[in-house]
Amino acid sequence: MFIQALIAGIAVGSVYALIALGMVLIYKASSVINFSQGALVMIGAYITYAVVTGIPAPLWITIPIAIGLSALLGVVIERLIFRYMTGVDLIAVIMVTLGISFLLEGSTTAIWGTLNYSFPKILPEMSFSLGGIHISEVYIWSFIFSMVILIMFTLFFKYSKIGLRMRAVADNQKASISLGIHPGKMISLSWAISCVVATIGGVMLANIKLLNLGLSGIGILVFPVVILGGLDSIIGAVLGGFIIGILGSLSAVYAGGLMGGAVDQVVSFVILLIILLVKPYGLFGTKETLRL
Amino acid sequence: MILDVKDIEVYYNNVILAIEDINISIEQGQIVSLLGANGAGKSTCLKAISGLLEVEKGRVTRGEIYFEGKRVDQLGAIERVKSGICLVAEGRQLLKTLTVEENLKVGSLIRKDSASVIKDDLERMYTYFPILKQRAKQVSETLSGGEQQMLVIARTIMMRPKLLLLDEPSLGLAPLIAAAVISEIHRINQELGTTILLVEQNAALALPISNKAYIITNGRVALCSTPEEMKKIDLRDYYLGRKRAAI
Ligand SMILES: Nc1ncnc2c1ncn2[C@@H]1O[C@H](COP(=O)(O)OP(=O)(O)OP(=O)(O)O)[C@@H](O)[C@H]1O
Ligand SMILES: [Mg+2]
Repeated sequence: MFIQALIAGIAVGSVYALIALGMVLIYKASSVINFSQGALVMIGAYITYAVVTGIPAPLWITIPIAIGLSALLGVVIERLIFRYMTGVDLIAVIMVTLGISFLLEGSTTAIWGTLNYSFPKILPEMSFSLGGIHISEVYIWSFIFSMVILIMFTLFFKYSKIGLRMRAVADNQKASISLGIHPGKMISLSWAISCVVATIGGVMLANIKLLNLGLSGIGILVFPVVILGGLDSIIGAVLGGFIIGILGSLSAVYAGGLMGGAVDQVVSFVILLIILLVKPYGLFGTKETLRL
Repeated sequence: MILDVKDIEVYYNNVILAIEDINISIEQGQIVSLLGANGAGKSTCLKAISGLLEVEKGRVTRGEIYFEGKRVDQLGAIERVKSGICLVAEGRQLLKTLTVEENLKVGSLIRKDSASVIKDDLERMYTYFPILKQRAKQVSETLSGGEQQMLVIARTIMMRPKLLLLDEPSLGLAPLIAAAVISEIHRINQELGTTILLVEQNAALALPISNKAYIITNGRVALCSTPEEMKKIDLRDYYLGRKRAAI
């Protein structure tokens, strides 16, 4: 029981980490706290569902199309909205991201309705058991995928030219301009990447659970993850993801009976409260980020 | 003439007149100094040439700037960087979360040279500023003030500018370190042939390496002369505003 809950927590936590990474990227590049991340997770999963079930082609064609569409969505959001919001109050920016969230949820309801869809099996079958305990394969795949993607990003930021440019812009926009780097282009790219990781996270969650509007609720869970890690820390997002994932999963098993469902979400926010009291910048954050 | 600044006027926020009328010309390969008191308009002048005024809501409202014969005052900052005008701004604009070596690499990103040429250049920077080699893997935020200044200069040289604009490289440095930085700037000019426009408060440091110097007071050129001539006169008259623009 404990092992199973722990493994489920690690798997879900790795997905949280991925989604939180998207929020951190945008925050670092442009100081926007993106409350629409959850909605992006949801719409990403729906887009992928539509592409995979709608286009009669193998997965190695349809999945990249879905990923490409997600990236495009990110670029469009940045170009049409946030490009014009530099120097605007943080609170106004947050309101706009909430607005985007409602817009995306509304559009999804309009297009797909409020039904539950079960996601087509896109992950290869794999059976796994540990000490006689069977472990659901979606957990293993989620974990593997998330880790691979997180490692790829780490390498990307450390060694690629574009990754270096993105870090430069996140660090100092004025200096970046004088070094010949367009901040706008890098911020667009952050949105694209953020939407892509949101989509991947959404697809994995839809595989673990079901595909429905409830997926956007992940935003509420990922927010404590990001705050826990520190809004501007990638490592923080990853560790925060695991911590919240594991604690949520364990508490659902051990305390779920006492309080009924949704105890995992309560736990996330209790942790969030404690963290903010003790370390206002999160565990790894450096900047004074929230003064709402 | 590599740079020709003609009768420029600069406003910030459309209301603050920072430069009234400035003319500057620089020949290829020269070091030219801009001297003058606080608030005279020296930094503004460099921002006008580099195009970085745009990020501070400043605007050239009159006059023209020519670089290599082409008019550039209408171009964006990044276009000017790509054409070879590179600024080391005041206040040591580090990428503070990046390591020393990463800072230098970011400088080379606009170049189309091969990786090996860039690697050679990186090593060259380490010969100009050996301390940076020792600090290569260190996050740049942890450098001392002098090391930071060396890093931003080296990073800008990694861009291989045709015209290097330097804003008070000696500011806040111990006298010995300031002298060392100035002498490396001279060496860069000699070895790489980089044309340099140097803003300095410290005339004693800047004049010996300059081909020509301008004194700016209240947004105007008060004096333009050779360093030899400048040494003969009392610069304090200009700094303290006892003498104004000659014409
Ligand atoms: N970003 C800005 N916004 C508004 N006014 C500015 C700005 N930057 C400079 N100024 C004004 O323009 C004038 C010239 O400033 P500038 O920074 O060019 O002087 P400086 O010669 O470089 O002085 P210092 O030696 O102190 O660096 C000053 O009156 C200053 O107040
Ligand atoms: Mg200045």
